[in-house]
Amino acid sequence: MSQPTAQQSPTQRGAEDKTPLKTGLSVPNFINPFLPPIFITLILLVGNLSFGILESYSKTLLAIATAIGMEMALGRIFLRKWPHPASSYITGISVGILLRSPAFWPYALCSALSITSKYALRFRGRHIWNPSNFGICTMLILASQAVAGLSIQWGNNLASLLVIWVLGSVIVWRAKRFHVTFTYVVCFIALSFLRAHITGDPWQSEISPITGPMYQLFIFFMITDPKTTVRSRLGRCLVAVAIAVLEFFFRLDSSIYAPLYALFWVGPAALLIQMMIDSRRARASLAPAASGAETVQI
Amino acid sequence: MKKSSIARVLVILLFAALLAVPWMVRHFSAPAKTASGPDAHAALARYGFSLKEVSHASGIDFVHQAPTLDPKLDGIMPEVASMGASVSIVDYNRDGWPDIYVTNSAIGSKNHLYRNNHDGTFTDVAEQMGIADVNRPGTGVSMGAVWGDYDNDGYEDLFLIKWGKPELFHNDHGKHFTRVTDQAGFPPWINANTAVWFDYDHDGKLDLFVGGYYPEDVDLWHLRDTRMMPNSFEYANNGGRKYLFHNLGNGHFEEVSAKAGISSRRWALACAAADLSGTGYPDLFVANDYGVSELFINDHGHFHEAGKEAGVGFAPKSGMNVSFGDIFDQGKLSIYVSNISEEDVLIQGNNLWVPEAGPALKYVNMARDLGVELGGWSFGAQFGDFNNDGNLDLYLANGYISLDRHRSYWYDFSKVAGGNSSIIGDAANWPAFNGRSLSGYQQKRLWLNDGDGKFVDVAQAVGATDTYDGRAVALADLWNTGALDIIVANQRGPLLIYKNTVAPGNEWIEFSLEGTRSNRSAIGAQITLYWDGKEQLQQVSGGNGFASQNDRRVHFGLGKNPKIEKAVIHWPSGIVQTLDNLTPDRLYTVKEP
Repeated sequence: MSQPTAQQSPTQRGAEDKTPLKTGLSVPNFINPFLPPIFITLILLVGNLSFGILESYSKTLLAIATAIGMEMALGRIFLRKWPHPASSYITGISVGILLRSPAFWPYALCSALSITSKYALRFRGRHIWNPSNFGICTMLILASQAVAGLSIQWGNNLASLLVIWVLGSVIVWRAKRFHVTFTYVVCFIALSFLRAHITGDPWQSEISPITGPMYQLFIFFMITDPKTTVRSRLGRCLVAVAIAVLEFFFRLDSSIYAPLYALFWVGPAALLIQMMIDSRRARASLAPAASGAETVQI
Repeated sequence: MKKSSIARVLVILLFAALLAVPWMVRHFSAPAKTASGPDAHAALARYGFSLKEVSHASGIDFVHQAPTLDPKLDGIMPEVASMGASVSIVDYNRDGWPDIYVTNSAIGSKNHLYRNNHDGTFTDVAEQMGIADVNRPGTGVSMGAVWGDYDNDGYEDLFLIKWGKPELFHNDHGKHFTRVTDQAGFPPWINANTAVWFDYDHDGKLDLFVGGYYPEDVDLWHLRDTRMMPNSFEYANNGGRKYLFHNLGNGHFEEVSAKAGISSRRWALACAAADLSGTGYPDLFVANDYGVSELFINDHGHFHEAGKEAGVGFAPKSGMNVSFGDIFDQGKLSIYVSNISEEDVLIQGNNLWVPEAGPALKYVNMARDLGVELGGWSFGAQFGDFNNDGNLDLYLANGYISLDRHRSYWYDFSKVAGGNSSIIGDAANWPAFNGRSLSGYQQKRLWLNDGDGKFVDVAQAVGATDTYDGRAVALADLWNTGALDIIVANQRGPLLIYKNTVAPGNEWIEFSLEGTRSNRSAIGAQITLYWDGKEQLQQVSGGNGFASQNDRRVHFGLGKNPKIEKAVIHWPSGIVQTLDNLTPDRLYTVKEP
């Protein structure tokens, strides 16, 4: 575990990720750092004004304020500068959407855990967990008496579904992450039919989750997070497949939050594998020179 | 040590501390709950009362039978047939002793009217009274019953809430009941779970609100197709319509909901009426499954929905109960709405809507603060002073479907409930239950109000130990002892009677009201009792809780050596009556002046 740095080497961050947001529920930034926060805020406002998707504004505001406050404090301490608030804003808003609790404290705690995980759980200068995925999974496991995940919201109707899917697709397309979403969705649907075959349940019930809001956020804004995905296009597709496959097994075990837990395990594992490969490549690229120097010495 | 190393250590410590917070919250702020099992003597000494389940000893061995609907629903029959157990209290023969009416819900099953024999036992007289055989093929089955003297002849009449043909029975002076449905002019079919008698226009005659659940064009025994489920788990708007039957006074009722401003297709499960806005007219609170609650404010006979403005209609949940209680002894009614809470899956939390100070009708949810938020898959609840200490306590029935203890349907439930309307709305898309439970075998809650802003669950300690699938709860002083007994109707389970024994010392007073200018049942009359510097507001109800109705007699606990100042009765007619020189431990029969 090492201290976070303001600048990271190309081996630490994807070459395609020019300005990644260090968030959990992250919208890849391709035009303007304020665009993702604006977009997700619009989703939130439209959803809440149309359907009252939030427990309350105050809880979401608490999650956002906590996330920004923690980011500012920790960024000041570790990076010695004031971090851009867009990243923590999106983390906070994602907590506000994805977490459900009648109490206030889980929202603050989840945001705090999400942000702090970025600074505490690091490997070779890089945080390896998607922050809000880490925060929400941790809350679901440790505070199950007080919280639940987003599983039922947003009117469940076709109009809201289409809007989210179209806008989400446009955004991940522009951010060059559509292949991740597409791969995951194809795998999920294929594995849904396999699960239906195994369990004997209607296939519609297996497909059903992906038509819900949790998955809409998950497939567009969480598994595409540039900060916590691997660098190569093929690698990202393989990671999406791995998430879908692990989720498949979690679902066979009746895990309600299967996709979140699958990402929780696959995401860091994929990054560690990439780091390991990068490290070997780096050593391999240095080896001839070292060998040559040794030859000279001889 | 370098500054960066110190900072690193600090952030790791901070992270560890944050991870420990959930454990600390669980450990230090767990809901107040007693650990001990039932011990009558200990409960009397510690809590001032104890309960004993006496249904069998009282001659009641009723077990509710659930409906069996169209075979197309076989896979999820436990879920779609999960309601119908109800209980309502009525003194049908005016002998001064509360009787009990319970519904059954299988085709061909009989409802029961248990006449109070005054000696601790009851006798089922439903058959001879003509209100037993009401679940005949082709007419649907019973879901609940509410009693009110719609023709002001002094005897309580019966409205039967059904998934099917709603029925009205006239009480012929306590000797028999006559079916008067056709004369009343009710529609041929309503799939309802809730109704309430109230005089919404203050004309002295009881009107009737009926809240539809499934749409009225659905015959659950002969389905056209399986697309009859809610189109959303939280925003469903394809439920049954609502009815407001205006009592025309000649045995006829006119349906006036649209004219009166009530229009909704939400899935109503519970309703109750009380003057919450201070206009003198009864407002209507409806708790909806799969959506937000609705508060219909009554502006002199015309309603407008004000749930959002009042703060109660914002967050959609699974409303299953409406009960009113002046829990702070301030002369203001709070509203308890039950919802679903299942650890790790769905934490809706029950709502305790407490009125805020100020001119506007605004409520704040204080269920968490007061400790009455989490009650499992909650259904019926009632406020009552069980230990006569002067503070209203709360009993909650819960538990949804208790089948195989070790296999849960929750995963499959959540899988479909979060899906698109075309999936959730079609029963064919729901995985089969296959004998699994869904929030089953839950412990009941009896929250004792400490009078200081906290409720403590003492259910296990005082003897409310059953784990049946609780639905309806009704309160009555069944044996005229000055103690509120608890009667619980369980789905596919026995009717339970928890006989209440209160420790000597705490005193009580009860009122039995009879209207003259107001409806004779005095439904809607509010009594405010002033004693020892406190004031407590209660009202005569025409149906409340979930599929239940308490005794029309109003019971107040007074604590030790009370000094009663007065009781003020606000009759529905607008007459205000003040009673002085009241003595504790008595039942007062009061006629509207």
